[in-house]
Parts: sequence; C-alpha cells; structure tokens
Amino acid sequence: MISLSWYLIFAAALFSLGLYGVLSRKNAIAILMGVELMLNAVNINLVAFWRYGNLAMITGQVFAVIVFAVAAAEVAVGLALVISLYRRRSSVVADEINLMKW
Amino acid sequence: MSGFDIIFLGIAAVTLAAAFMVVTTHNLVHGALWLVLTLFGVAATFVLLNAAFLAVVQVVVYIGAIAILMIFAIMLTRKVMKDSGPQTNANWVVAALLGAVLFVGLAYLLGNSSAATMALPEMAANMDPVVQLGEVLVSPNAYVLPFELASVLLLAALIGSIAVAWKK
Repeated sequence: MISLSWYLIFAAALFSLGLYGVLSRKNAIAILMGVELMLNAVNINLVAFWRYGNLAMITGQVFAVIVFAVAAAEVAVGLALVISLYRRRSSVVADEINLMKW
Repeated sequence: MSGFDIIFLGIAAVTLAAAFMVVTTHNLVHGALWLVLTLFGVAATFVLLNAAFLAVVQVVVYIGAIAILMIFAIMLTRKVMKDSGPQTNANWVVAALLGAVLFVGLAYLLGNSSAATMALPEMAANMDPVVQLGEVLVSPNAYVLPFELASVLLLAALIGSIAVAWKK
C-alpha cells in the first residue's frame, strides 16, 4: 500500500531536479522552468498532506490554489523581464546579467 | 502490490523522467514540451490523491497558460541561444551534487519517519472535496481574504509584466 512517504519522496525527487535546473542552467527561461518544477513538488506535498491528514480540513488544497496563483504571477513577471532583457541586451544568459552586481 | 501501487509508480517514473529531460535537454523547445509531460504527471498524481479540482486547474493553468507562455518566450528569444554548445554554467557539478545530496537526505529522513507507515484514510462516501473547497474559498470565516489577495496579486503581476515588457 502506498504510504504518505512515497508521495513525499516523489515530491523530493521532483524538487531536487528543479533545484539542479535552477542552479545549473544558463538560459533564464530554463531557470524559470526549474522553478516551476519546484513549485509543483511543493503542491504535491500540500495535497498529499491534506489527503493523509484530516480530510475535513481542506487547507492543503486551498494552499495549493494560492500556489497556482503565485506561480502564474511569477512566470508572467519573469518572462516579461526576460523579454525586456532580450530587447535591451540581446541576451538571455543569466550569467551575463551583471549590471547590478558588485 | 496492488494495481493502485503500480499506477502510482508508473506515473511517478514518467513524471521524474520527463522532469530530468526538462533540466538536461539541449533544445529548449523540447525542454518545454517535456515540462508539459511533467505537469501532466503531476495532474495525474492529484487525481490519485482525490484532488480532482486541482488536477483540472493544473491542466488549464499550468499546461494551458504557463507552459504555452514559456514556449512563446523561448521562440521570441531563440536567435541568441543556440541549441549547440553547453547549456549549463560552470557550477553544474556543484548543482548536481547539491540536488543529489538534498534528495538522498530527504528520502532517508522520510523513509524513516512516521509518514512511512501512514495508511490512506478512508474518504466518506458523501464527502465532496470540490464542494468543500468552493465553500471555504468564499466563506468569510475561512479563506476569502487570501483568495482575494491572490487575485489582486495576479492583477498586479499582469499590469507589472505588461509595463516591463512594453516596447518603448
């Protein structure tokens, strides 16, 4: 029988893959894709805790809905920044964006 | 091993394989398509967890909006980023190590915790999570305020991204 930890380990693997993508990718859009993987891992955790916890308390699903909204906002702003950056500097490589670096 | 276990393991394997392709593939358009498959796998996991509404929202919002937006952004910025050559920065070995260590540590902790023996609670036949979710999202005694805050956040993000990406 599938216990709660199977879902949590699955989500941990997804989160680790997303973390690797965020830290290792050059392209800023690929970094955003890694962030999406991490947010999805968090959502799996939230829903799994709701399902295995108190079913009458639907807080886990409500939290997942809020995470959906935040993810949509994040990706909209992130891609707008990438496109604006591409227009001004003709680059989407995260390493080359060092104007505010000291 | 019951049929449910096999379904779960199959979904998890497909999702993780697709997620691995998202972070390693050279061609970013392919990466975005693998991301769509990953998001489908997560939606299927929501179905297994009896969260039908979230599974539908996952397909509509993540696949229908976010993944398509990603593909548009990739196509708009494609000229500068060739598919050949390394797609990873100098730190990729450290990043891979960090990811592996995090996963092994978490898996070890979770495998030994009380969650490893936690059985699935039975869902009452008359219980409908969708109705419940709808009620708490608009109930003043529950989550109407965070819900409204999320919509204001989305509106602000939309206006902000239009302002940022506006062609001057």
